[in-house]
Amino acid sequence: MNVSILFDNFSMYMDGFYHTLLASVIALAGSFVLGVAVAVMRITVFKPLQWLGTAYVEFIRNIPLLLITFVFYFGLPNAGLRLDGFQAGTVALTIYTSAFIAEAIRAGIQSVSKGQMEAARSSGFTYSQAMLHIILPQAIKIVIPPLGNQFLNLVKNSSILGVVAGLDLMYQADLVSSSTLVVFDVYIFVALFYLVLTIPLSIGVNYLEKRLEKSY
Amino acid sequence: MDFIGAYSQEHLAFLWDGFLVTLYVAFISIILSFFFGLIAGTLRYAKVPVLSQLIAVLVETIRNLPLLLIIFFTFFALPEIGIKLEITAAAITALTIFESAMLSEIIRSGLKSIDKGQIEAARSSGLSYTQTLFFIVMPQALRRMVPPIVSQFISLLKDTSLAVVIALPELIHNAQIINGQSADGSYFFPIFLLAALMYFAVNYSLSLAARRLEVRQT
Repeated sequence: MNVSILFDNFSMYMDGFYHTLLASVIALAGSFVLGVAVAVMRITVFKPLQWLGTAYVEFIRNIPLLLITFVFYFGLPNAGLRLDGFQAGTVALTIYTSAFIAEAIRAGIQSVSKGQMEAARSSGFTYSQAMLHIILPQAIKIVIPPLGNQFLNLVKNSSILGVVAGLDLMYQADLVSSSTLVVFDVYIFVALFYLVLTIPLSIGVNYLEKRLEKSY
Repeated sequence: MDFIGAYSQEHLAFLWDGFLVTLYVAFISIILSFFFGLIAGTLRYAKVPVLSQLIAVLVETIRNLPLLLIIFFTFFALPEIGIKLEITAAAITALTIFESAMLSEIIRSGLKSIDKGQIEAARSSGLSYTQTLFFIVMPQALRRMVPPIVSQFISLLKDTSLAVVIALPELIHNAQIINGQSADGSYFFPIFLLAALMYFAVNYSLSLAARRLEVRQT
C-alpha cells in the first residue's frame, strides 16, 4: 500500500468528497420535498391523483438509477437541454430516491391506526388539521429510520455521478488512477472516503431503529 | 424521435440479447449470494467466536460501499494483485460480493425473528443447539425470508446495469450501442423507453409476487 498516492492527490480526493457530499445533500433535500408531494398525492381522496402518484412510485422504483441518469445526461440534449454530469446525476438521484421516500412516508402515514383519524374528525378537526396535528407527528417517528436508510443508499448511489463525469469521488479516482497508473491503492483510499460517510450514517440508522423498537 | 428506425428487427434482437445477459448475470449472482449469505448470516446468528466478528466487519464494510466501486475494483484493481477476471466473471463476482453481504443481513434478521420460545422448547425436548438451528429455526426463518430476498433480487436486477462501466453486454449497454447507430440521437427515447419497460415488467411482477407472499404469511 502506497500512502503517498493519497497525499500527492489529496486535493483531488477532497474535491471528489466535496462533490459526493454536495450531490447527496442536494438530492436528499430535493427528494424529500418531491417524496412528500408524491406521498400526499397517494393518500388523497381524489382518485386520478392517487393513480398518478402510484404510477410514479412503481415505475421509478422498478427501473435502474443508471437508466434515469442516462436519460438526463444523454437523452435530454436531444430535446435541447444540456446538463453537465454533476447536474444530470444529481437530478437523477433526486428523482430515483424520491420514489423510495414517497413509499416510506406513505407506509408511515398509513400505519397510524385509522381510529386516530376518526377520533380527531369526530372531535371537530378538519381533515387537514387532523393530518397535520394528529397523524403526521405519529407517522414521523415511524418514518425516520427508513428515511435514514434511504439517505445511506443515496450516498452510495451518488457514485453514479462517476459514470457521467460528475466530479464525485468515483470520477476523481478515475483521474488519479489514470495519472498515477495505479488502480488498487487509489480505489482503496476512495473506499475509505465512502466509509467515513456511510459508517456513521448506518450506525445512526441502527440506533434509531433500536430506539423505535423499544418505544412499543 | 424515430420509433420505426429504432425498433428495427435487428435492434430488437440485440436489445433482447442484452436483456438475457442481465437476467443471466443477476440470476447466477443471486444463487451464489444466497449460498454465501446463508453461511455468513448463520455464523453471525450463531455467534461463533472470532469468525462471527470477522464476518461482521466484512459485511458492514461491503454494505457501506457503493456497488459501482466494488465493480470497478474487481475488474480494474484485482489484476494488479494477479487476479484477472473476464468481464462476465468480474460482474458476477462483484455483484456476488455485494449481494452476499446484503443477503447475510436478511438471513440473520430472519433467523432472529424466530420466537425464543421455539428454541427453548426444542432445547428442552433434547435437541442440540445445531439440531435446533437446522430443524427448528432455519425452516421457519427461510419461509419468512422469501419476500425480502425477492426485493433484494429486484435491486440486483437494477444494479446489474452498473456493469456497463466494465462493458458487460447487458440491457443498458446494448441500448447505448443502438442509440449510437443514429447520428442525431433520434433512437434514444424509443430505445431507452423500451429498456425501461423491460426492467419494469420483470421487476414489477416480482414486487407484486413479493407483496402477495408477505400478505399470505401475516
